[in-house]
Amino acid sequence: MSMLSLKYVVPGDDFTRAGEASSDVKHKLKQLGYDSKAIRRVAIAMYEGEINMVIHAGGGEAFVEISPEEVEIQLVDHGPGIPDVEKAMQAGYSTAPDNVRSLGFGAGMGLPNIKKYTDELKIDTEVGKGTTLTMKVFAGH
Amino acid sequence: MKVRDIIKILDAKVLLEGDLDAEVVTACGSDMMSDVLAFVKDQSVLLTGLMNPQVVRTAEMMDMRCIIFVRGKEVDPSVVQLADQKGITVLQTRYRMFTACGLLYSNGLRGGCEGA
Ligand SMILES: Nc1ncnc2c1ncn2[C@@H]1O[C@H](COP(=O)(O)OP(=O)(O)OP(=O)(O)O)[C@@H](O)[C@H]1O
Ligand SMILES: [Mg+2]
Repeated sequence: MSMLSLKYVVPGDDFTRAGEASSDVKHKLKQLGYDSKAIRRVAIAMYEGEINMVIHAGGGEAFVEISPEEVEIQLVDHGPGIPDVEKAMQAGYSTAPDNVRSLGFGAGMGLPNIKKYTDELKIDTEVGKGTTLTMKVFAGH
Repeated sequence: MKVRDIIKILDAKVLLEGDLDAEVVTACGSDMMSDVLAFVKDQSVLLTGLMNPQVVRTAEMMDMRCIIFVRGKEVDPSVVQLADQKGITVLQTRYRMFTACGLLYSNGLRGGCEGA
């Protein structure tokens, strides 16, 4: 049973707005009185994914389903896709250009960090079509 | 120490007053938000020379108590505004990164990252 379904458009042309969706989800989970450890895990994982959509894929959409047991986040973009997911999952692997590094990102730590903070992670990606990240965080873990 | 002690130690300007009585034990100095998100464990203090909204977003996601912009960098009010209502205190100090970290360390703050 879902307590709350949320949908966000993540604009791809405005780096300053990246993270708005994650911030709103964090706020709503707090209002619901959700377990604070789970909130932190959701916030970090979703934020990493949101930043990735903005810097690598020209933005996208975020769908969030909150139930008492778990939070499911789906991040959908129509960017370039990830040619080698196994490589992308390695800590330190990044194709981010220098300008992204000067903004404080591009260390190749995002996807491994998402893996670390979520209980389930699925990456569906096709080169030239886009990427969908589906992640779950269980409450009380 | 408390967030309010940091203000004294770093002779800092308060750009946004959050919870000044929040207890802090660890800190992290970095211009790479990627590393902060990946390696910082505790609710802690973030010192940075980077100046963009993602600094505040990163601190917010990690439940940090205090952001310190080092070397007297001009801070955009719209960036500070993002920390509003979240209990985060935003400070600006004229000290550079190394000195600011050293001052906090010698007053008892410790590394907040994996592997310290
Ligand atoms: N949504 C996406 N669309 C296309 N490529 C992506 C996407 N997300 C990740 N990638 C690719 O996977 C690589 C690794 O991603 P990851 O988040 O781990 O590191 P990063 O974003 O480069 O740096 P960091 O997350 O540390 O800021 C990226 O450099 C990019 O090549
Ligand atoms: Mg990333």
